[in-house]
Amino acid sequence: MKKYDVRSCTILRKNRLTGDIYDVTVEAGLLAEAARPGQFAQIAVPGKTLRRPISICEIGAAEHTLRFVFQVRGEGTAILAGFEPGEALDVLAPLGHGFELGDTSRRVLFVGGGIGLPPLLAAARTFGANASVVAGFRSRDAVILRDDFEACGCHMMIATDDGSLGHHGLVTELLSGLAFDAVFACGPLPMLRAVSALAAERGVPCQVSMEERMACGIGACLGCAVSLRGPDGAERYGHVCKDGPVFDSSILFL
Amino acid sequence: MANLNVSIAGVEFKNPLIAASGTFGFGHEFSELYPLSALGGISCKGVTLEERPGNPPPRIAETPAGMLNSVGLQNPGVDHFIRDDLPWLKRQGTEVIANIAGNTLEDYCSMAEKLSETAVDMVELNISCPNVKQGGVQFGTSCAGVEGITAAVRKYCRKPLMVKLSPNVADIAEIAAAAESAGADVVSLINTLTGMRIDIRTRRPVLRNNTGGLSGPAVFPVAVRMVRQVFRRVKIPVVGMGGVSSWSDAAELMLAGASAVQIGTVLFRDPYAPLKITEGLNRYLDENGVKNVSELTGAMREW
Repeated sequence: MKKYDVRSCTILRKNRLTGDIYDVTVEAGLLAEAARPGQFAQIAVPGKTLRRPISICEIGAAEHTLRFVFQVRGEGTAILAGFEPGEALDVLAPLGHGFELGDTSRRVLFVGGGIGLPPLLAAARTFGANASVVAGFRSRDAVILRDDFEACGCHMMIATDDGSLGHHGLVTELLSGLAFDAVFACGPLPMLRAVSALAAERGVPCQVSMEERMACGIGACLGCAVSLRGPDGAERYGHVCKDGPVFDSSILFL
Repeated sequence: MANLNVSIAGVEFKNPLIAASGTFGFGHEFSELYPLSALGGISCKGVTLEERPGNPPPRIAETPAGMLNSVGLQNPGVDHFIRDDLPWLKRQGTEVIANIAGNTLEDYCSMAEKLSETAVDMVELNISCPNVKQGGVQFGTSCAGVEGITAAVRKYCRKPLMVKLSPNVADIAEIAAAAESAGADVVSLINTLTGMRIDIRTRRPVLRNNTGGLSGPAVFPVAVRMVRQVFRRVKIPVVGMGGVSSWSDAAELMLAGASAVQIGTVLFRDPYAPLKITEGLNRYLDENGVKNVSELTGAMREW
C-alpha cells in the first residue's frame, strides 16, 4: 500500500453543522486504511490551481471512510461545500505526521478552538474516557462535534466567548483544575501559546496541529514553512505538510 | 506508438517531460506515487553552495489560474545534494538535472566544478529566481550579466549546460542569444513572472516576502510566445516551461519551439500529471501520424 495516494472519493454523507462548517464523509478505500489521527488530506477544487488542505476528522477503518469537517474560508472551500452525496471529491491523502498517540491509558487533555476541534476527534476516540476535551467557541451557535466527543466517552467542557453556553470566557481558564499526562491541541495561536505554556509548566508533553498556506502537500515544494527549533536550539524552517501538521510544541516558536 | 525520445545536448530523455525545479524536490515524495522512470528527467530543487533557510512564511498565494511562491531557494546545499540525494536519484531510471543558484559568480563556478565530478546528466543555471536578493536574477536580466556568468561557469562545467531564463526582461530573445554566445548548450524558459497580492483586510502583502513568482496556467501564453521568440533567435535547443497543465499544452509548447517541456505547478493539483501528459501526447502523435515527438519542435505553421 502506498503511503498516500490520489483517489476519487464518493461522498456518502454531508451535513451542515453551523452557518459555515460542513461535515462530509467519503468512501476512501485504501486511503482510510493508511490514515492516522491528526493527518490531513489535500482536496482538489474544480477551477482552482491548488488543492485545499483539510484535516482528517475521523477514520472509518472498517467501512473505509474518511470524515472531513471544514469551514468555508474562501472561494475554494465554498466550492467544496457545494459537493453533494453521490458526487466525488478528488482526494490526496493521508498526508503528514499526525499525533503520536503513545500509551492510551494516559490521561490526555485535548484543547480545541472552533474549527480546531475536527483534527482532534480521531485521536480523542482512541483515549475514550481518558480524554478530557476542553473546547472553545464563539457562541452556542458555533458549537460543533460535542456529541461526537461525548460519544467517544470523553469528558467534555465548553467555553464560549459570549457565555451563551458553558464557561463565559477562554478555554484556558478551564484548565487549571485538570490533571493530565499529555496535551493535544489545535486552534488559534494565542490559545496554543497558553496551552503550550501550561504544559511546559506542568512538565507534560504537548502536541499541536498547525496550518499554513500550502501547495504540494507532500513536502516537495517547501511552500508551507514553519519555524522550528532544532536540536541545537537554532531556528530552521520545517514544513507543515511533511514535518507536521502535528508538532511537539517544544520545537515550535508559538 | 510514437517515439517519445528526445536528445538534447547529447542527453537522451526517454520522453520530453521533465519535472521543473522547485516543484519536485529531489523526487522522494513523488516516488511514493509512481516510479520516477515515468519522467524523461527531473530538474532538481535549486541548490546553493551553502545550505539556505529560505524566506519566512507565508510563501504561497493562490491567484486566478495560478499561484505565487516565494520559497526563496530553501535547500540543504550542493554537497548535501551530491552526497545524500544524487546517488538515489541516479538509480531511478530518469535523467537528473542539477539546478544551481548562487550569491556570486564564484559560487556558480564552484558548484559547476563540483557537479562536473558527479553523475548528474546536465546542469541548469538558475539566474532567474525572483525570490532572493542575491541568487540569481541579478545575473539574469541583462545580456552582459548573462553572458558573463554563462562564460564563467562554462569554464568549470564539463556537463551539458542549460541556462534558465527570466521572463522579467524587455527582450528574452537577446538574453538567450547572449547565453548561446557565451557557451550555453541549452536554454530553458520561462521562470516565474514577478507578482504580488495584498490582503485588503490587513493591507499587508499576502506573501511575507512581499513579492513572489507567478506560475500556473495564467503564464502559459507568455511562455508560448517567449519560447517561440527564443526558438527563432538561437540555434541551441530550447526547453519550454510555464503553466503547462495538459498534454495539449505540452504539444503546443513544442510546436512553438521547445525540444522538451518542464512541468511544475500542475503537479500540485495532479501529482500524476506527467503520466497523463505522456499518454495524451502519445495518442496525439499516433492520431496525427507523427513518428517522433521531436518532429513537433518548432513545427508551428506561421501565418
